[in-house]
Amino acid sequence: MTEDQVKQIVVDIIAEIAPDEDTSNIKPEINLRDQLDLDSMDFLDIVMELRKQHNIEVPEADYPELASLATCAAYLTPKFNA
Amino acid sequence: MHKSRIVITGVGLTSPNGNTLEEYRKNLLAGVAGVQIIDMRYMGKVPAGVCNFDPKKYQTRKELRVGTRAGSIAVYSAHEAINNSGLDFENFDKSRIGVYVGTTEHGNVETENEVYNISKFDYDTRFWTHHHNPRTVANNPAGEITINMGITGPHYTIGAACAAGNAGLIQALQMLRLGEVDVALAGGVSESIQSFGIFAGFKSQGALGTHETDPNKTSRPFDKTRDGIVVSEGGAIYVLERLEDAQARGANIIAEIVGYRINSDAGDYVLPDPVRQAECMHAALKVAGMEPGDVDIVNTHATSTPMGDIQECQAIREVFSDCPTTYINNTKSYIGHCMGAAGALELAGNLPSFKDNIIHPTINVEDLDPECALPNLVINEPLKVDAVKVILNNSFGMLGINSALIVRKFED
Repeated sequence: MTEDQVKQIVVDIIAEIAPDEDTSNIKPEINLRDQLDLDSMDFLDIVMELRKQHNIEVPEADYPELASLATCAAYLTPKFNA
Repeated sequence: MHKSRIVITGVGLTSPNGNTLEEYRKNLLAGVAGVQIIDMRYMGKVPAGVCNFDPKKYQTRKELRVGTRAGSIAVYSAHEAINNSGLDFENFDKSRIGVYVGTTEHGNVETENEVYNISKFDYDTRFWTHHHNPRTVANNPAGEITINMGITGPHYTIGAACAAGNAGLIQALQMLRLGEVDVALAGGVSESIQSFGIFAGFKSQGALGTHETDPNKTSRPFDKTRDGIVVSEGGAIYVLERLEDAQARGANIIAEIVGYRINSDAGDYVLPDPVRQAECMHAALKVAGMEPGDVDIVNTHATSTPMGDIQECQAIREVFSDCPTTYINNTKSYIGHCMGAAGALELAGNLPSFKDNIIHPTINVEDLDPECALPNLVINEPLKVDAVKVILNNSFGMLGINSALIVRKFED
């Protein structure tokens, strides 16, 4: 799986958990919370959906890796390909 | 202590047969019920009262995803009440608004959903949602109102079984009299139709209503063939104010709360006690400074159970035995049992009687049970009378909680 595919997976999850947000133009290098109305509970939702939909675990210590689409892709892609 | 007069200046509601007071009242006078068959997890098809308000009218999609159905019903009803009140909400001091919402229970729906959810993951609790606790804390429906509307005054729910709607209003009245708040949003809500446990519990008690052909005839208080409750969702939230504040802003005053009482049977967990129910009504009348004959409408709690209806009728006979102008009706025959919302919703359906002097009937009585044959029971057809000035609203619940609320047509 490529990093672009992983980014799309994360965007799809964000679209589910933040249905009022426009997810069509998320900038990969900018923190998600700086461009979308997401709170800490939403990030827990992202973690839960990764677990439910893709059987991927994100330990609490690694939550900062989910800050932006770019960091998500860098952190998650090896997990998807493991 | 000086007791301020407390008035109702706004009503917002959603019921299984109407999403505004106007629509609801129209259907109560036209005999239009709102019960349908739903598919309930583990139960199969059951009759239920379902509300069809537009939840997105006042909530974002995210709020709806994160919150609860009870919260959504509460938010909708609260907005409608504020709109109806004409209060300048935007410029009102939000720290002086209190939110007091009656609930029969809260959290069953959300817990059942999560147990079902993790059952799909071999009961691995890693899949249990972090939303569970904020969804299931008992103050959830009231708290969702404050979050959605930016209200920073006190909020909590009042757990009072099926007397909760009245209890919410009584709590608000007391907080207004204490000067804790200047405006109260109060009433009751229920999301019970999403909990299989509520249905299964009533079924195990032998108290879940059925009808062979027509769900709208399932709830039939006082009918000889009645066999139980229809579980419903719904909500009714009122704007309450001290009279002087309401008059100062030129509010439209819908009614005044003049009497109330909550008491306890101190007896059985589920079976009602007509002696205590009668005591409750007498005590509410005493607070109002009224005699039984001063009451024009008694809106019964009767839930369409074989024993409960008879016992309430016994209590009403004891209190209103010699009251030729006191009429008796019931609203659950249209909307089922809206649990925590029941008292508040049923009161709302009768408030327009102060204007139109029409008493809505109880419907679905094809064969009146002689034990429920109260004098002046308004059956199947609306009744026009000379004047309606006082309504007594009964709501009773499990663990032996009784409530009676008396409202009067406003006269300065």
